[in-house]
Amino acid sequence: MNSTVITFPGSNCDRDMDVALKKFGFKNKMVWHDDVEIPKSDLVVLPGGFSYGDYLRCGSMASKSKIMQSVINFAKGGGKVMGICNGFQILVESGLLPGVLLRNKYLEFICKNVFVKINNKENSFFKNFKKDVLELHIAHNEGNYFCSEDQLKEINENNQIALHYTDEDGNIDKKNNPNGSSQNIAGIFNKEMNILGMMPHPERMIDQVLSGEDGSIFFESLINNLK
Amino acid sequence: MIINEQIAIDHGLKKDEYKKICDLLKRIPNITELGIFSAMWNEHCSYKSSRFHLKKLPTKGKQVIQGPGENAGVIDIGDDDAIVFKIESHNHPSFIEPYQGAATGVGGIMRDVFTMGARPIANLNSIHFGSPQHKKTKNLLRGVVHGIGGYGNCMGVPTIAGQTSFDESYNGNILVNAMTLGLVKKNKIFYSKAAGLGKPVIYVGSKTGRDGIHGASMASAVFDEKIEEKKPTVQVGDPFTEKLLLEACLELMSGDSIIAIQDMGAAGLTSSSIEMASKGNLGIEINLNEVPCRESQMSPYEIMLSESQERMLIVLENGKEDLAKKIFDKWNLDFAVIGKTTNSKKIELYFNNEKVADLPVDILVENSPMYERNWKKAKLPKKVKIKKEQLKNLKVINVLNKILSNPNICSKEWIWQQYDHTVMGDTIQKPGGDAGVVRVHGTNKAVAASVDSSAVYCWAHPLSGGKQIVCESWRNLIAVGAKPIAITNCLNFGSPENEDNMGEFVECVQGLGEASLYLDFPVVSGNVSFYNQTKDIGIKPTPTIGGVGLIKDYENMVTMDLKKKDNILLVIGKTEGHLDQSLFLREILNEKNGPPPEINLFNEKNNGETILELIGQNFIKSAHDISLGGIITALSKMCIKGKKGATLKKPKYLINEFEYLFGEDQGRYIVEIEDKDQKDVVKILENNSVHYDELGTVNDNQLIINDKSKVSIDDLIKSHTIWLNNYMNK
Repeated sequence: MNSTVITFPGSNCDRDMDVALKKFGFKNKMVWHDDVEIPKSDLVVLPGGFSYGDYLRCGSMASKSKIMQSVINFAKGGGKVMGICNGFQILVESGLLPGVLLRNKYLEFICKNVFVKINNKENSFFKNFKKDVLELHIAHNEGNYFCSEDQLKEINENNQIALHYTDEDGNIDKKNNPNGSSQNIAGIFNKEMNILGMMPHPERMIDQVLSGEDGSIFFESLINNLK
Repeated sequence: MIINEQIAIDHGLKKDEYKKICDLLKRIPNITELGIFSAMWNEHCSYKSSRFHLKKLPTKGKQVIQGPGENAGVIDIGDDDAIVFKIESHNHPSFIEPYQGAATGVGGIMRDVFTMGARPIANLNSIHFGSPQHKKTKNLLRGVVHGIGGYGNCMGVPTIAGQTSFDESYNGNILVNAMTLGLVKKNKIFYSKAAGLGKPVIYVGSKTGRDGIHGASMASAVFDEKIEEKKPTVQVGDPFTEKLLLEACLELMSGDSIIAIQDMGAAGLTSSSIEMASKGNLGIEINLNEVPCRESQMSPYEIMLSESQERMLIVLENGKEDLAKKIFDKWNLDFAVIGKTTNSKKIELYFNNEKVADLPVDILVENSPMYERNWKKAKLPKKVKIKKEQLKNLKVINVLNKILSNPNICSKEWIWQQYDHTVMGDTIQKPGGDAGVVRVHGTNKAVAASVDSSAVYCWAHPLSGGKQIVCESWRNLIAVGAKPIAITNCLNFGSPENEDNMGEFVECVQGLGEASLYLDFPVVSGNVSFYNQTKDIGIKPTPTIGGVGLIKDYENMVTMDLKKKDNILLVIGKTEGHLDQSLFLREILNEKNGPPPEINLFNEKNNGETILELIGQNFIKSAHDISLGGIITALSKMCIKGKKGATLKKPKYLINEFEYLFGEDQGRYIVEIEDKDQKDVVKILENNSVHYDELGTVNDNQLIINDKSKVSIDDLIKSHTIWLNNYMNK
């Protein structure tokens, strides 16, 4: 399986993602934001970080970068694209995913472990996933998912919600919503289910000694599904 | 403008210092030159009050590659890997503008580390605020935490440990000390010593603006009521540009183009160019028209004294300019050849084809003033006599709950949750433990680091306090299973012109030196911050120690959370019941006098090394050092972390339970071992003549001190977490 990680100036989880993809069997290539071409890939990943400093709305500058046109074309042709954290923000800013990511409800950066429940397994990211509730790590200042009532209705009807923030047992409630996201949304798909954006960082949970192995399950399942 | 004595005094120079300048130059300096002198000769850059005493610190060791004097210290961690690390203060700016002050403190220390070729792998910080009731404290705390997070998170370097304290002596002068560790290959370390003649001097990074002019001089003066006017001396940080600068520098460093490199920190272009020339025994010639400026019409004076952030000065090999420029272009950073090295041994500055400064480097550096200030020796305070009736109505559990919710003990999760502590994917011990631990990427090794200070002990008796703080750092590293290697220090004090403050400095440094020499735990880098003082009132003496240790195989790392029911708990080290200056005496009985606990360096070393031996043989299931709040506070934290309880045994000696539970004797740890290993463990302890006591056993969910005193772990968690959350969210 071939994968590509895009590095924007200010990306800072690009190496972590490269390490994780390789650990689970991907042949990964890094591509610079100023490049035009994406090498032959089964998966393109937009990593976490602060692309272009994110001094404007997070991800907005990156969504206009040279390489993003190629990512958009790749995605429109059915290619699998995944955006983690800042990558998710870039995906919504470039219009590949609906909605926006606002500042966290309490206006503070949050770095901690959370539980998320997979809402839809009928797609190539989560098919046959052996767990329903995962413990993953979040680290963001702008992860508060928001969209219009109509959009919210639409993404629910199309089953586009990928992950909800929940408690350990998978219950969705306010108490376990770390950032104020609508309906506890932690990740969503596009309508065609080939694009996934999510705030949690599975690449930080790929080793028991780090803080759990649910990230390992995520990548194992991902490579199996893409085969 | 013709310079006179008054202008020199307005620049923070003393009368006789100005006279010395004129004598050495054999003429009156011009304004640019005076500005350069004021930047180089202030306390912050010249260490004029501290140099004499700092010389006494042990700085050498088997694993020391580079001691003080460079951008940061470097230690050998085997297999051609080295760790570059340093701590630095950003106290004055953080009080004036907490967000930018703290942010640029973090940015500055990271630059010190990557200037040497190392990729930063961990950040730590030690922050100290005034009384929680003081009107400024809450906003300062929020601003500083946001600033540290804002910079470190954007850089993608995990913040793995820290320390926060509150004390009324910081009401008018908060402390923000930031520390960074970086990883480098031993043969790829870069230094600031220029070499060779006619080599191009390169400016890279951000453009120069009018921010931070006289920042270093501001940090070398006492605060007064006009402090708000000093806001323009605070620099403004841009972590995004620093991230680009980091990547660009490391890319250039992978080749062999760089002869010397120095970041522009305090006193900007002035100190960086002079330092490189001085170390290389060379001259440097700079055309200031070539310096990239953010604003138009900047004068030579402003360009030389600006402390705009995210800039570097590089001496390059001839002919490598194009290659280097290509890299900085790729990262969208300014790149300019601004001058060259010369054999004049002078700093020569040109602007609009005129020579605007012509200063011999040795006058600026070697001839800078050095003072042996007067200082007063501190007496050891008399022991406090506690009357029985003071203790009569106290209930142990109530006292424990109070101590756990004390601002200086309580959980700091509200703070460290705002720092990205897991980016880079190698953090194996997060904030909240004895030390933060990160793996050396792609190996079995891990590096542990901790920051500590004990201002109360240092205030009560500086010599003991100085020793204690080195020992505490050593203990925190031992407790996670790391072999302590070296330290960096950030010495925060009041005005050196006051004999009492100077005495605190001298004796803290003395204590610090004695302990680090005995423990073979040398000082490889650091900084001194004097004048943490508002008018006549100085802070409590606060030397902060950043310790670094190595875990050869991270599978052997130890954490403090209790692991398994029925396991046995031992206290390593002797409990004498020293209550003077303890949290118990100060906060519960409101008694602020008395001597701090004594340090026995032999026991400290012996106990620590024995613990490492036990960890090496896999006997230790959890460990925690005993510090503020004594045995019961340490044990409570182990219970809270492990969500398990403990049942205490009746102590064999020490009748008074408050002395036993809350005494702050030094050199002690609590360790958890399995029943089956007890014999072997005891044998090792006895062989090494280490004193130990049986503390009790692990249970499910209650802390049981005796029949009358019990508390559930859930209640302890509540006590531990409630204060800071309530305080910040009110």
